Amino acid sequence: MSDLVTQPVSPGRRARVTHEQAEVIATRRVGSYQHLTLVAPGVAELARPGQFIALAVGGESSSTLLRRSFSIHKVSPSGTYGGTVEIVVSAVGAGTRWIASRRSHDLIDVVGPLGRAFPLPTEPVACVLVGGGYGSAPLFWLAAELRARGCHVEMVLGAASEDKLFGVTLARRSSDGVSVTTDDGSAGQQGWVSDVLPEVITRVAAGVVYGCGPMGMLRSITEIATAHGAAAQVAVEESMACGVGICMTCVMPVVGDDGLTRMVRSCVEGPVFRGDRVRWDAFSGSGAHVPPDAVGAPRTGGH
Amino acid sequence: MVEMSTTLSGRRLANPLMTASGCAANGQELHRFFDVAGLGAFVTKSVMADPRSGRGTPRMAETPSGMLNSIGLQGPGITAFVEHDLPWLASVGATVLPSIAGSSSTEFAHVAAALYAGRAFDCVAGVEVNISCPNVANRGLVFACDPLASAKVVALVREQLPRDVPIFAKLSPDVTDITSIAAACVKAGADGLTMINTLLGMVIDTERLRPQLGGVTGGLSGPGIRPVAVRAIWQVRRAMFEGRIPTVPIIGVGGVRTGNDALELVAAGASAVQVGTATFNDPSAPMRVLAELTALLEAKGFASFTDAVGVAHGR
Repeated sequence: MSDLVTQPVSPGRRARVTHEQAEVIATRRVGSYQHLTLVAPGVAELARPGQFIALAVGGESSSTLLRRSFSIHKVSPSGTYGGTVEIVVSAVGAGTRWIASRRSHDLIDVVGPLGRAFPLPTEPVACVLVGGGYGSAPLFWLAAELRARGCHVEMVLGAASEDKLFGVTLARRSSDGVSVTTDDGSAGQQGWVSDVLPEVITRVAAGVVYGCGPMGMLRSITEIATAHGAAAQVAVEESMACGVGICMTCVMPVVGDDGLTRMVRSCVEGPVFRGDRVRWDAFSGSGAHVPPDAVGAPRTGGH
Repeated sequence: MVEMSTTLSGRRLANPLMTASGCAANGQELHRFFDVAGLGAFVTKSVMADPRSGRGTPRMAETPSGMLNSIGLQGPGITAFVEHDLPWLASVGATVLPSIAGSSSTEFAHVAAALYAGRAFDCVAGVEVNISCPNVANRGLVFACDPLASAKVVALVREQLPRDVPIFAKLSPDVTDITSIAAACVKAGADGLTMINTLLGMVIDTERLRPQLGGVTGGLSGPGIRPVAVRAIWQVRRAMFEGRIPTVPIIGVGGVRTGNDALELVAAGASAVQVGTATFNDPSAPMRVLAELTALLEAKGFASFTDAVGVAHGR
C-alpha cells in the first residue's frame, strides 16, 4: 500500500471548532432513520467529509450528560437559513431518541466539526465507497469531492434489510455505479458488502476503498482492499463521551508511523484511520483489548 | 466587582476555578474552546512514571446525571509529560497543578522528583497527589483507603519538592471516615486536600448480562455525586474548625456543573473548585462556572470570594 495515494487534511483547518446552538429546520423519516437539518453556520463553514459533530442531549440541566456523535451527512455553507448541517440519526437509546424526536425550530447544542476528515487522493484514481447501514451518511459528500477531482466513484451500500439502507437513490446520483446488498435479500443482492466488493475493486481498478460502518465490516473492507492492492480509509463508529479528546473513552489500538501500537482516541486521531493501521485482532464483540505489544500495555505483576 | 482571587498555601491564584484531573487531558484540546490561562489553575491528567496504555474498551457507561469510567490511568509517562505537556501549558501562560500517581509510594516520589527537575516547573503552582490508585504492594487496595499508606505517599512526595511548592492529597470518598484520612495526610505534610475523587461503582449490561465496563468496576462522577462531595468537604472543614485537623485549604471537586453548584462546595469549605465531568457536556464549562459563580457572589453581596469559603458553617 502506497503512502502517496492520499494526502492528509491540513492541520490548521482541522484545529478549528465551534460550539453553537443549532436550530432544527427540517426533519424527516428515511427508512429506519431520522434525517435532521440543522442551522449551524460555524460547522458548515469548516467541515470536511468524514468529520463529525457532537450533540448534547436534553437542555442545560439534562441528566443525560454525555454527547452523542454523528458523522456529517452534508453541509450547505450558504443556504437560505445560513449554513446548514445534515445528519442521519439511528434512534437506538434514550439519547438518540431525544435527538431524533426534535421538531422544526427546536434548538440542539452542537460542537464541531470534530475529528479528521477522509484524506483525498492526489491523483484521479478510481475509488470505491462502502457504507454499512446509516454509515453511508458521509459518503455522498465524499463522492462529490472525489468526482470533482476527476476520480471514478463506485458505491457499495449494505444493510440487514431494505429499511436499514440509507441513500440508495442519492448514491445513483452521486456516483458512477452502485451495488446494494442486504442480509435478507429485501433489496439488491442477498449477502454482505464483502461479497460484491472484490468484483467492484477489480472492475474499476480502485486505488482507494473508503468505508464507514460497523467494525466487523470495516475489518473485512480493509482485508479485501489490501488483498487487491488498494488503500483502505475507514471511519469508525466508537462510543464517545465528549468527542473533543478529553475523556479517553473512545480509544482503540492503532499502529503509528513508528510501527508501534497505541491506544489512540478515535475522536481526535480518527474517526478516519488507514484500515491497515487498525489492530483488528484486538476487537471482540463489545470492545477492544489492549494488545500485549502496545506501548504501555499492562505487564504481568505490574499495573 | 467581587475579588475572585484565592490563596492556596501561599500561592495566589487569579480565580478559584480549575479543571479536574482526568477530565481535561493536558490542555491543548480545551484550548480550542477557551484560553486555559484564564483558569485559576489547569489540573492535568494523573501522570505515572512510565507510559501507560490504560485499559481496553468499553471504558465508559452513562449513569443518571453522570458516568462511570475505567480508563486505567492512560498517559505518556513523566518523561514525556515534562518534555511536551508541561512546556506547552507554560507556553500559553497557564498556571498548572500537575496530578501525579503511582502504584507504589516510591513511584510517587520518583514522579514528583522528575516533575521538579523538568524545565517548565515554573508554571507549577502546586502538585496534586492522586492517592486513589491501587497499591501493588497491598493487593491493589487503594492508598486513599488506608491512612498509613496515604501518609507514606504524602511524606515521600513532600521530601522531593521544595517547601514553597504546596502538595494537595486527593481523597477518595469510599472510606468509613474521611476525616481520619485527611488528618493522616495533613500530618504527613500535605499542604492542602482535594476532595473528592470518584466513587467506585459498577454497571451491568442487561443485554449481555455481564459487567458493562472492560475493567468491571469504575469511578462514578458527575452531578449525581455532588452531595457526596459537599458532605465530605463539610465534614473535613468541620474537623478543622474543631481543631481535630490543622487548617489547610480544600480544593472542592465533584459534580459541579454550574456556578450555583460551585457555591455549594465553597460554602461547605472549599477554597477552590474543579469542574470535571461537566466539561464532557460543555467544553467551556470551567470558564462558564467561573462567570456564573462571580455573578452569584456579586448578587449575594460578597466583596470577595474568600468571604464565601466555609460560610455555611456559621449559619
